[in-house]
Amino acid sequence: MRPIILGLIVLNAAGLAGGVSANDNYVRIPGGEFKSALKYEDTQGKVAVAPFELMRTPVTNAQFLDFVTKNPPWQRRKVVPVFAEARYLSHWSSPLQLGTNAKPQQPVVNVSWFAASAYCEAHGARLPTWSEWEYSAAADGTRRDARNDPAWREQILGWYAKPSNAPLSPVGQSPANVYGVKDLHGLVWEWTEDYASMLVSADNRTQGEQDRLKFCGAGAIAMDDRENYAVLMRVAMLSAMEAANITSNLGFRCAKSLP
Amino acid sequence: MKLQLFPVLITAALLAVTGCSPAPTTTTAAGPVSEDTGGSAKGDFGPPVGEPINAILTAPPLVPPATGRTQPAKVIVNLEVREVEKEISEGVKYTFWTFGGTVPGSFIRVRQGDTVEFHLNNHPDSKMPHNIDLHAVTGPGGGAASSFTAPGHSSQFTFKALNAGLYVYHCATAPVGMHVANGMYGLILVEPPQGMPKVDREYYVMQGDFYTVGRYREKGVQPFDMQKAIDENATYVLFNGSEGALLGDNALKAKVGETVRLYVGNGGPNLVSSFHVIGEIFDKVYTEGGSRYQENVQTTLVPAGGSVIVEFHAEVPGTGVIVDHSIFRAFNKGALGMIKYEGPDNLAVYSGKEVDSVYLGDKAASAAPVAAAAAATASGTLTLEQQIKAGEALYAGTCSTCHQGNGIGIPNVFPPLAKSDYLNADHNRAISVVLNGLTGPVTVNGANYNSVMPPMSQLNDDEVANIVTYTLNSWGNKGGRVTTADVAKVRASTPRPKGAAH
Repeated sequence: MRPIILGLIVLNAAGLAGGVSANDNYVRIPGGEFKSALKYEDTQGKVAVAPFELMRTPVTNAQFLDFVTKNPPWQRRKVVPVFAEARYLSHWSSPLQLGTNAKPQQPVVNVSWFAASAYCEAHGARLPTWSEWEYSAAADGTRRDARNDPAWREQILGWYAKPSNAPLSPVGQSPANVYGVKDLHGLVWEWTEDYASMLVSADNRTQGEQDRLKFCGAGAIAMDDRENYAVLMRVAMLSAMEAANITSNLGFRCAKSLP
Repeated sequence: MKLQLFPVLITAALLAVTGCSPAPTTTTAAGPVSEDTGGSAKGDFGPPVGEPINAILTAPPLVPPATGRTQPAKVIVNLEVREVEKEISEGVKYTFWTFGGTVPGSFIRVRQGDTVEFHLNNHPDSKMPHNIDLHAVTGPGGGAASSFTAPGHSSQFTFKALNAGLYVYHCATAPVGMHVANGMYGLILVEPPQGMPKVDREYYVMQGDFYTVGRYREKGVQPFDMQKAIDENATYVLFNGSEGALLGDNALKAKVGETVRLYVGNGGPNLVSSFHVIGEIFDKVYTEGGSRYQENVQTTLVPAGGSVIVEFHAEVPGTGVIVDHSIFRAFNKGALGMIKYEGPDNLAVYSGKEVDSVYLGDKAASAAPVAAAAAATASGTLTLEQQIKAGEALYAGTCSTCHQGNGIGIPNVFPPLAKSDYLNADHNRAISVVLNGLTGPVTVNGANYNSVMPPMSQLNDDEVANIVTYTLNSWGNKGGRVTTADVAKVRASTPRPKGAAH
């Protein structure tokens, strides 16, 4: 429920200028049913994903600069504090200049969930749901579901093992997966539309007695699955965030529903 | 029920009258019966007094000074989480997740009854969210649920330290085992109201087990291996987060006559430690970091997620070796540290090596030729044959284990004495090797050797002369004769290695 309500607020508050989506940035992801790393109580983790479109690469500094230029309420000095904490876009040299610490082709980071959502709205799109993101990210270069391959997992864990103190690579440097999508792993964390409804308990050792009401019906998310812990650590990361929060390694990409 | 209770009460009364009551009595039993401290129920000494105090945090192996306070205070702790790449062993890099930039994390010291305002700051460069569970906290999750903190953010919670003791803290973010295995643990000392008894030195030592994809000491950047962690198959078992953290220049130091206290923790995630210091007996062990001490302990168990306080008095100079006495961990996985004691010898307590005599066992050849040669030397009638016979008997007991009975040595390990260019080239050098030992590379008959021969300190000049003469006249060597006087000259002109004085 929470993300939907917040989304309405964004629409009302931001006074969005319409944007034209660059369709060549999107690829079509065929739908399907797959087993999520999240153990939804009602379906035991089985999730049906409808066909949708997803950006090939995360949104870049250049793309986000274009957005804030056209949508002044989302500029660093003008943004409403409840939508973005003080360090929002703080790696840019000024509200409308990237400067030396933000290369145009690097993924944009230090953006709040509100700002990311507004960007997608402005482009006639939305943030992907967790299920859409997880479904797309289960692929490797040749398979739609490579999650049983230890090499797939090692690649993710290898990135977790590196602190975020080196400059980010430009987007699009990693090999495309079977759908043609890049950088789902190994570059930045990414916001999802419904991140706030899949809360992992801050203290996951209380699995027997978790407050079920905290989970918005999605069910308690267990972290005891060694096959899936690499994915679940991403969920834990998103669960630590408030929607106005930013970090230096959290970006986003947009998705579109198909008619 | 009432009817049944009645006779029981009467019986109890009768027993009491006769003085034979089995009921718990007070302090009349043999031996001291100490009062309990009351635990958390008696640990609240009221609201904080005075201005808030910023806690002094120390990196291992250092311990903050005693609080020195007699009243409860408000203590502010600022602990920063950092993900850092460091050496886990020489040439081996590992990404540690840390409290305060070190493994183990910063040492925190407060007093029982203190109100602790805890700030957990997750560095903006961190990739992961983290939290903290302090075992010193009375409350759900030990603070974990209140301190879940994203990168670049800060959380605050407050607790009252109700129980005295030495407590582990650790990260409890999923997957908990992985966060702990990456180094996210440390110690918080809650001093009892009267403080800890004064000692001369306090140090902070914490054990942990580590799981890398590569083998022990395999060079390069080594990632965490979840399967090895689940199997509890540790690649490294370490004190203070790296091999060498407590070795060489990093060894702990104390002076003879001082009392040393170690605050010891075990972060785990898996292994229980058999904590021991070679060459020490712990005078006091506050078992599991609690309030009572046991005395005169050799080895104490430290549970994963638990602690111990040990104290000992340094009596003699030298080096104490800190180990997990589950001993393969010490010598094959890195669980080794050292504490160096400086000061004067106390030979009444420990003599050093007094006698290193030859023990021949069933290798004993007849001692008769040795005795005959000694008598002949004394009377000035020693012949070459007598020397060779005595040398043969001595060689069998002293040299043959390595150089072999036929003098051919062991390829690549122990150089040959048979047809040996090295031996024949310089008799004085041969004498010196027997007297002083030989360490490092040598070339013998064209082959390179690099090992260690200890000084044969137990041999007198006669015996050395006879052994060298025997080897020169055996196995195709070129002959020759070495006299007692030759040996005495070499002995006088070459320095004895330390410890080989006699």
